[in-house]
Amino acid sequence: MDKVKKLTSKRLFMPIFCLVIMLIAAVIASPDFFKIGVQNGVLYGRIIDVINRGSEVVILAVGMTLVVAASAGTDISVGAVMAVVAAVTCSFIAGGQQSVNEYINNPILGAMLGILVGILCGCFNGLLVAKLKIQPMVATLILFTAGRGIAQLLTNGQITYVRVESFKKLGASIPGVPIPTAIFVTAFVVLLTLLLLKKTALGMYIETVGINSKAARLVGLKSTKIIFMVYAFSGFCASIAGLINCSRIYSADANNIGLNLELDAILAVALGGNSLAGGKFSLLGSVIGAYTIQTLTTTLYAVSVSSDQIPVYKAIVVVIIVSLQSPELMRMIRRLRAKSSVQTTSGKGAA
Amino acid sequence: MERDVVLSMRHISKNFPGVKALQDVDFTLRKGEIHALMGENGAGKSTLIKVLTGVEEFETGEIRIEGKDTAIINRSPQEAQANGISTVYQEVNLCPNLSVAENLYIGREPRKAGMIDWRTMKKKSRELLEGLDIHIDVSMAVENYSIAIQQMLAIARAVDMSAKVLILDEPTSSLDDGEVEKLFRLMNKLKAQGVGIIFVTHFLEQVYAVCDRITVLRNGALVGEFKVEELPRVQLVAKMMGKDFDDLAKIKKEDAQDKKCEEVVISAKGLGHKGTIKPFDLDIHKGEVIGLTGLLGSGRSELARSIYGADRPDSGELSVKGKKLLVGAPLDAMMAGMAYLPENRKEEGIISDLSVRENIIIALQAKKGLFHLMSRKEQEEFTDKYIDILQIKTASRETPIKQLSGGNQQKVILGRWLLTNPDFLILDEPTRGIDIGTKTEIQKLVLELAENGMAVMFISSEIEEMIRTCSRMAVLRDGAKVGELEESELNQSAIMKAIAGGGN
Amino acid sequence: MKKQRRRLDGNSFLLMITILLFVIMYLIGVVLFKDQGFAKTQNFLNLFISNAGLIVIAAGMTIVMITGGIDISVGSVVAMVCMILAWSMENAGWGAIQAMIFVLFIGLVFGLVQGWLVAYLKIQPFIVTLAGMFFARGMTAVISKEMISIKNELFLSWAQYKIYLPFGGYVNKKGKLILPYIYPSVIIALAVLVIVFIVLKYTKFGRSIYAIGGNEQSALMMGLNVKRTKLKAYILEGFLASLGGFLFCLNTCSGFVEQAKGFEMDAIASSVIGGTLLTGGVGNVFGSLFGVLIKGTIEAFITFQGTLSSWWTRITIAAMLCFFIVLQSIFAAAKEKNKK
Repeated sequence: MDKVKKLTSKRLFMPIFCLVIMLIAAVIASPDFFKIGVQNGVLYGRIIDVINRGSEVVILAVGMTLVVAASAGTDISVGAVMAVVAAVTCSFIAGGQQSVNEYINNPILGAMLGILVGILCGCFNGLLVAKLKIQPMVATLILFTAGRGIAQLLTNGQITYVRVESFKKLGASIPGVPIPTAIFVTAFVVLLTLLLLKKTALGMYIETVGINSKAARLVGLKSTKIIFMVYAFSGFCASIAGLINCSRIYSADANNIGLNLELDAILAVALGGNSLAGGKFSLLGSVIGAYTIQTLTTTLYAVSVSSDQIPVYKAIVVVIIVSLQSPELMRMIRRLRAKSSVQTTSGKGAA
Repeated sequence: MERDVVLSMRHISKNFPGVKALQDVDFTLRKGEIHALMGENGAGKSTLIKVLTGVEEFETGEIRIEGKDTAIINRSPQEAQANGISTVYQEVNLCPNLSVAENLYIGREPRKAGMIDWRTMKKKSRELLEGLDIHIDVSMAVENYSIAIQQMLAIARAVDMSAKVLILDEPTSSLDDGEVEKLFRLMNKLKAQGVGIIFVTHFLEQVYAVCDRITVLRNGALVGEFKVEELPRVQLVAKMMGKDFDDLAKIKKEDAQDKKCEEVVISAKGLGHKGTIKPFDLDIHKGEVIGLTGLLGSGRSELARSIYGADRPDSGELSVKGKKLLVGAPLDAMMAGMAYLPENRKEEGIISDLSVRENIIIALQAKKGLFHLMSRKEQEEFTDKYIDILQIKTASRETPIKQLSGGNQQKVILGRWLLTNPDFLILDEPTRGIDIGTKTEIQKLVLELAENGMAVMFISSEIEEMIRTCSRMAVLRDGAKVGELEESELNQSAIMKAIAGGGN
Repeated sequence: MKKQRRRLDGNSFLLMITILLFVIMYLIGVVLFKDQGFAKTQNFLNLFISNAGLIVIAAGMTIVMITGGIDISVGSVVAMVCMILAWSMENAGWGAIQAMIFVLFIGLVFGLVQGWLVAYLKIQPFIVTLAGMFFARGMTAVISKEMISIKNELFLSWAQYKIYLPFGGYVNKKGKLILPYIYPSVIIALAVLVIVFIVLKYTKFGRSIYAIGGNEQSALMMGLNVKRTKLKAYILEGFLASLGGFLFCLNTCSGFVEQAKGFEMDAIASSVIGGTLLTGGVGNVFGSLFGVLIKGTIEAFITFQGTLSSWWTRITIAAMLCFFIVLQSIFAAAKEKNKK
């Protein structure tokens, strides 16, 4: 009994538990879920698909985790920022043309430019939140809606295609390597962030600012700087996710790149056992949460729910998770219990 | 019930986990009197008020109010109001965005045909305020008026709703002299109308200026009820401060020599922060324990905060070891060798969800900078060291600090600052809400630190404790530093006289 | 005391900026696009006709924003409402009145659920309505992935019923008097505006909304029922969102998944530009009307200009929202300073 309790009290227990439940559901929905094959020299199968396709969500969730922890708010602009980054990169590489079969400009430079723009978007959010003290979600709402408009402008309202084999490698795979490239990139981002959190004091700073900003100031931390930084970092993560996504479809589709991914990222953070009210966080939890979400997405596809219907289910999951996190609900339940016990005792007294 | 008595509370007791907040307290309020409720921190006055107004429940005793035959129990502020008891808090509870008239009548607006009748509401408000000698435009939003006027509006609202008992909980702490004068006129007017007023304040002058009676509480127990003219100031201070801890041994060494010849660590010239502490001069020497004394709200914490940069000073200059220091943020002060244990442990001290280890090393880490993370081993060594030195009782170094008792939390914070190895340590009420054993430990530690050359600023509400630890004291009253007491002058009566100030 | 009277407080100052901005923008339009008929009365009325739904939704948004909350689900709710209307009339064979009552009821329920989560479980309004936003958009797709055009005669007759105004007309080349007209949706929208104004100004519920936004703690101490008031505010707002969706549908006469994308931004921007504070406590539905008109004018500009992409509307609105938010933040900081 004690062992069970000890196990369940572990921080990552709930996220892993959710993932397992989700995996079981996935196997029920499609029995060949864990089957892995090789196609064209690349690993193939539903589970690989989840890990591969989940890359964007995982990367976004990494940035989102830090944003939530430090500022008790979420960055809902990440999906739109992905679209902006894709638009910048593709239209740069394509030299402003609508569709190219070879690079007009250097793709590496294009990617760098994209990342830079992503970070700038993050800085813009950070400025509004940290410096002007605007509620995070209102601040990021601006880019959330304007972002896709900007992306449309950059691509002249067209889908800009870069039909070059090497451009697709980021989203697909490199010849001779059986594992999709996106998985490596994801691992790199996660490890880099983990390293940043473990080898510098950043993690502790973020948690301190998120838990008690007054005390943080008195122990010498500058919360404005830290909050600004996490938003910039979230912009960076969005740009990487944007690059992967636009390489997958070798184009910049301003309407669809990163669509609804902000919800997935927020869900991943919540599923990872992190409170949306900020403070202590677990990056690994969010990563597990992100794969759980992706499993959900893939499974819903498997039972032929279309991509634009999926948000219905995810929205319900979000509401359930945040309700369970709400201390008010616990209080309500306790009050109800107390009431019923009072009723029984008073009933006894009367008898 | 005795004639003329509007409110009587008898044998009221209330316990919080581990603390007897109120023990068998009596309180009587008569018609048309202003009755001061006095006591230092933890004396139980706010608990008594909360019990009366239904914010907290009491365990034993009874409350009777004029006009009701049976004892009453209030379960919420609304219920208390229905019984004729209204409260005006220090933090004004008005809606700043609404007009004066609305704030007076919200929730009970006059109506015409189901709609709010703004004209009648404004007319009634004007009449109400004019009757109380408040002449302002009732259609302006409340936020346009000073705190003093807001306070009076809150009082007007309370009085208009139920006119038997009015509780004023530290209404004057943010008012200037002229505004206080106005408030007193209003109080006297209400008194003439027969309202019983309970006045909670820390300002002795004000008690003697306006009150008829004083009830003093100490450590949750009633000290007594006195008529103002029968209780001289010094005696009032003595009754509030009490003489606890006589049983504790004297811990300070008798031969502590004068530290004035030592190097000056901190020197403040004309330092001040508008609205909280008037400009002051202060030199603090190496190896001395300087006490800041004065009643709560006298500006003792604010003085410390302005030195540390917790409230950025807006006048004067500060030098550390002879070098001028521009303090923009606490980090600057920390870099100059300062450390500050804040008064409000819960809100400004602990980082509740983080572990004991993280809470201890965070300040040193902030000093070292983002990229110079201390190794885990180093962190653990430091943590263990201070858990050991300070005898912190915790399940492990990874236990979240919120699970520790108050005293142990305070020790963790203390450890956090000692780890930064400061030259100047500010301790603001380090012993509040802590058991006696830990109190003595902390006092001993302070003396030890001073002996090793640290300059310490010690702030406490308990005079005995101050006498035992401090080698010099600065006295504060009403937001200003009013004097210093040397080692030889440190005895109870001298301190109390200095705190009480003017008059007898 | 006189000094206090003379000082223009920041909030009415913001509103004045908005009205002035609208007038200037409109005049610029009149000068720039004179030949294309920008100055015609009908063009001005078109601002109301094409934005009738938004006027209603912005009014609802203003209500929740005064409580200190926000609702970003409205765009998706509009899409869902349009889809339900289209599907129920075209695919399920319902009558227009039946369908209308049904969507208004759905709006109430939607508001009730969101309001309960915000008021009683104290979940951040943003998270709740973010979920609401995805839920409603997803439901739209669940009902139908294809676009459904409405052909119900009664519904179309509502949509096309022109009400001519007895003034402001002009004589065309053939010598015929052309009178400007509006649709019933404009009258409904303006009526809603007046009703919401009265509710906010003359009922206890309305004043409680302001009190909560001003200082929730104080409102509680003054004996107001904060939770219930908030719940009611979200229910009312849900209702207005569905009514706005209905009016929107009268303009488009169709339902499809991508409909009214980014509409929440228009509503929030209209409200904020109209002087509603993001921090709550201050706001006025007539201000948000001007916010809507400004948005409409920008759209008209882009239409008249002809070559600019419609995405410019979205970007301009976002930029204006950003500008007004920053302005608010500066005003708030100045006020804070004044106090000290």
